[in-house]
Amino acid sequence: MSKSDKNVNLSNPQKSDFENLVKMNMKKAYYIALGFLGSHDLAMDASQEAFIKAYKNFNKFDKSKNFFTWYYKILKNHCLNIIRNIKNKKEDNYIEIKNISENPLDNIEQKEQIKLLEDALEKLSFEKREIIILKEFEEKSYLEITELLNIPLGSVMSRLFYARKELGKILLKEMI
Amino acid sequence: MNDRTLYLIEKYIDNSLTKEESVELEKIINNSPEIKKDIEEQKKVREVLSKMKLKDPSKEVWDGYWLDIYNRLERGIAWIAISLGLLVIFGYSSYEFVQSIIKDTHMPQFVKISLGVFFFGLLVLIWSLLREKFKTSKNDNYKEIQR
Repeated sequence: MSKSDKNVNLSNPQKSDFENLVKMNMKKAYYIALGFLGSHDLAMDASQEAFIKAYKNFNKFDKSKNFFTWYYKILKNHCLNIIRNIKNKKEDNYIEIKNISENPLDNIEQKEQIKLLEDALEKLSFEKREIIILKEFEEKSYLEITELLNIPLGSVMSRLFYARKELGKILLKEMI
Repeated sequence: MNDRTLYLIEKYIDNSLTKEESVELEKIINNSPEIKKDIEEQKKVREVLSKMKLKDPSKEVWDGYWLDIYNRLERGIAWIAISLGLLVIFGYSSYEFVQSIIKDTHMPQFVKISLGVFFFGLLVLIWSLLREKFKTSKNDNYKEIQR
């Protein structure tokens, strides 16, 4: 059970307990879904639908474990189903620059960089995109990623290395 | 590239190398220009990614997030109740309708048989749909999700 989960009564959860779980995890859930699906509407819908599935299957959740780790598997499966069913329905610019420049010329360049990065991420396999989203955008630690993906630390590191390498191949020619 | 080298590179990129690991990586880099090139490439990609973030939705989106889930759950329950109610009403009406036809002495025999065939077809259709739904639910991936 994570520190944040301890504030919630998981042994006999009421709607208000589940509401707290949703509120504690909704942003992480949304951003991960956004990284996977590249669309605000799809990410919103997928993350909410995954919470509903989690609620309906709550009796299967091992209460001694971390809720988000369990929820993540539901979310990932749901996003994979969406990706399988809805091809090329990505909306532009689901990524933005952290510090937006006030110089209009820089701004144009930044917009181009965003577009290139979004296209490059789209070209990665789901596995590689997943690890980039978790590490680079969601800033998860290696240990958190091992728990979420249920793979050893070494695999996390090598997957990250090869994901960046492939992303680099696509990006370096254009951006750097 | 071996696992140890990958581990060291990843820790270097993440700025979490210990002194001993730094020395170890330096030795590896000095012996392999290829690895040095890989590291430079990884650093550049990391630099690009560090400038970016996923777009934030508006504050209202977060305010309404739980309410959306609650509404969907509530509507799910409502739909189940409506479906059950309709099923009972439909079943009872069908029973009464069939009874009235059987008792109706003025209705020609062929009409009674046609109605019988029609209702039989309807029952088979409902049964087939329910069986398909049950099978889909049995193979639902989410049912396996458990830790």
